[in-house]
Amino acid sequence: MTRLQKGLWAAVAVAALGAGAQAVMESRAPEVATSAASLVVAEFELTGHDGVVRTEEDFWGKWTLVFFGFTNCPDICPTTLAEIAQVMDDLGPQADAVQPLFISVDSDRDRPMDLAEYVPLFHPSILGLTGTPDQIEAAAASFKIFYERVPEEDAPDGYMMGHTSQVFLFDPDGGFVRLYGYGTPAPEITSDLSARIDARN
Amino acid sequence: MLNRFSRAALVLGLFAVAPPVLAGGEDVVVEDAWSRASIGTGRPGVAYMTLRNTGAEPVVVTGLRTDLAMMPMIHSTTTDAQGVTRMSHMEAVEIAAGEAVALAPGGLHVMLMDLQRPMVEGESYTLSVIFADGTEATVDVPILGIAARGPAN
Ligand SMILES: [Cu+2]
Repeated sequence: MTRLQKGLWAAVAVAALGAGAQAVMESRAPEVATSAASLVVAEFELTGHDGVVRTEEDFWGKWTLVFFGFTNCPDICPTTLAEIAQVMDDLGPQADAVQPLFISVDSDRDRPMDLAEYVPLFHPSILGLTGTPDQIEAAAASFKIFYERVPEEDAPDGYMMGHTSQVFLFDPDGGFVRLYGYGTPAPEITSDLSARIDARN
Repeated sequence: MLNRFSRAALVLGLFAVAPPVLAGGEDVVVEDAWSRASIGTGRPGVAYMTLRNTGAEPVVVTGLRTDLAMMPMIHSTTTDAQGVTRMSHMEAVEIAAGEAVALAPGGLHVMLMDLQRPMVEGESYTLSVIFADGTEATVDVPILGIAARGPAN
């Protein structure tokens, strides 16, 4: 398969998933139970902004909030990072049970050192992850997310990135739980997550 | 959010049938302008604000100018049904008479490309909004923290 075909296939899966997650958000049902949800798995080998290589197994035992972006994105990526930072602050002691992961889809520009000067400014708990183009493509395929380079003459380096902007929640066993759509207010994520952490303890 | 997108769509729609008579910057009030701090000058910066047209004629924003960035432009962020988000350049943004257009996170924004100096929290800079008739509205934009979520009150 070409990269484009893979991207499109992943987008279709996320479309199905998005519909499921939307239904859950509206009905306030506790769990996602769509067939599409079972397609989403966290499987990756990426380098953290601290230079340490991580796989999904390193985060088992914690709830993980996974989202995608790139540091040359001045609008939506800082917005999501700031929302997640607010969630981590508002969770209080429960925040110890949660690990937010910001995965770059822009391997050409986002080296670990670039993430190191950017991601922790939002919240010290957020870990930035990046990798080779192949590593990011493999991670994207496992999460069923879509990303692409959009040529843009005026943009720095001549391109901008389009990418999936939802936040993915995984439970401490590494199982996919749900999506939070872009723009979900921090208090809504906090109360949902807090209830799930309580229910499991 | 939907409201913001539908409003942006409405703005575009109106532009297609805009009457030839257009007012300019003297009728536009710029409210709640703010920016996030940057790290150095290597990545684009962003500015948000509300542009309120208090006049009786539509106005069209055709450009921006600031000594902070060589290439300031209005971008639109859109998120499709699959949750994929993209940015695109807006050549013109029309504001109907008596209406306001919000530039806010996740929607329309001022993209500050080719920064001439770092954007430092606590400082501010001057941004001019240029209209189709050549007039301008100038605003002082305060720079908030990198993780700011909205304008300072
Ligand atoms: Cu932009």
